[in-house]
Amino acid sequence: MSTVSQQTSALAEPRVSALNILWLETLMEFRRLLRNPSFSVPVIGFPLLFYVLFTIVFNPRLPSLGVARHMLAAYTVFGAMAPGLFGLGVTLAIDRERGLLQLKRALPMPPALYLGAKLLMAGLFAAIVSLLLMVLAATLSVVALEALQWCTLFVLALFGVVPFCGLGLLIGTLVKGQAAPALLNLIYLPMSFLSGVLLPLAMLPKMVAQLAPLWPSYHLVQLAFGVVDGEPRAGASGHVLALLAAAALFFWAAYRRLRVLS
Amino acid sequence: MDTRIGEVETVARLCGAAKHYGRQVALAGVDLSIERGRITALLGPNGAGKSTAVALLLGLTTPDAGRAELFGDSPHLLAARRRIGVMLQSAALPETLEVGELLRLTCGLYPRPHSIATVARLAGLEELLLQRYGRLSGGQQRRVQFGLAVCGRPELLFLDEPTTGLDQSARERVWSTVRGLVAEGCAVLLTTHYLEEAEALAERIAVLARGRLVSAGSLGELRAQVIHRHIRCISGLGVEQVRTWEGVRAASRDAEWLDIHATRAEGIVRRMLAEDPELKELEVRRAGLAEVLREITHAEAHA
Repeated sequence: MSTVSQQTSALAEPRVSALNILWLETLMEFRRLLRNPSFSVPVIGFPLLFYVLFTIVFNPRLPSLGVARHMLAAYTVFGAMAPGLFGLGVTLAIDRERGLLQLKRALPMPPALYLGAKLLMAGLFAAIVSLLLMVLAATLSVVALEALQWCTLFVLALFGVVPFCGLGLLIGTLVKGQAAPALLNLIYLPMSFLSGVLLPLAMLPKMVAQLAPLWPSYHLVQLAFGVVDGEPRAGASGHVLALLAAAALFFWAAYRRLRVLS
Repeated sequence: MDTRIGEVETVARLCGAAKHYGRQVALAGVDLSIERGRITALLGPNGAGKSTAVALLLGLTTPDAGRAELFGDSPHLLAARRRIGVMLQSAALPETLEVGELLRLTCGLYPRPHSIATVARLAGLEELLLQRYGRLSGGQQRRVQFGLAVCGRPELLFLDEPTTGLDQSARERVWSTVRGLVAEGCAVLLTTHYLEEAEALAERIAVLARGRLVSAGSLGELRAQVIHRHIRCISGLGVEQVRTWEGVRAASRDAEWLDIHATRAEGIVRRMLAEDPELKELEVRRAGLAEVLREITHAEAHA
């Protein structure tokens, strides 16, 4: 194309909005996973089911306010872990294996938007789980929190997905599509039990409990306990830093791995 | 900036592009130009380097030596990639999304996309827009992938085995759409194992073998490099006798059938008719693309 016509076409060229691409990609990624029952049922259903079972059904009497609050905090964290781990880990492994990632790389879409959309999708699922848990807690249980506490817990769930997105992304670069769910479950469930999310640390062997801070979920659940208790726990900033460090480490490792793969 | 040589405008090219995977040579200094308004078929046996050449032009990998250009720029630039459409051989799209959603998503990446209705018409997807991708047949899925490739009004279209799994009518529809795009000035790089497809569509054919470009030109030019004519008939003429005739490159007998490969057919046919009044079932045909390819790549393998 000549310089003049190139300039003319550049002037006439409608801009492609990165925000529009991000919105469409997020929406489609969300629909893609919402319509996939092997993802949406456990990711949305299990935290709600476990909350109802262990907080309400299996307790002949309603638990004390403190316990019910902690159960809400714990299951909110449990619900925030899965969308990041499975939403990014499994879909990336499948996209990579089946050639979709290669097609995306050939399309005019910045890689950051592809990953950003997956992060937002995970945040969206975490938000849904968190909201549904709050509705259950407020209606079927005895939990009563200040408006600021509800909001803080919701925001914590929303941002709490980030380190798990990083871990999911890393796993998605390491294994193939069919192996990803199995490996992620091997991480998700032990992490949930060993970090004080599904079991109080006091019920774990001392040595295992001492290792709990190695899990990112430990730091998130400690922050969540602080929110529902209405008083930030000692070392809250340390927990935030630990989560940020975990997220940075996982994303950096995943980025390196993606570079090698491409 | 695009490159014009005379009236021909090059929209993509490889210049001395080389790529190794470990000790394996995928491409060894390949020069290849894709020109506006033309369909270029990239052919060659498995492992010849076709996929690597396409990957370099798409910016999916970088050359170890030489360079790849899209519209005179790096293929990694978004501005260059907004001007292309891509249909890869193996790219499974999300199964739970509807066809219309996939088209909407891809249209959103381009500055001046076709409407979804237009893409549906071009790719024959009118009845499938509300269907989920995972519930489509293999042929329908290929049509969706073709639709995604054309939705951004590409100036350069990469088609990798575009009609695999399509029935004849769907295949002809794809061919017709491709011809229409080319008539509007779109360049097409076609890689296919269906040689009749390359023969029917491509004006220019580039043949890769063992990572090297061994031949490039129109089908006529490629034919000129290899056996010119194949003569077959029922005749009592002796094979040894025929082999001595001028212009005969090879002769063989299969029961009553005599097969002759010759540089020119006319003189040989006249002589055969003169020497064998009993001759019958005479066939003379030009070498097909399959024979041309076989001969060119065979010669390269034994070079």
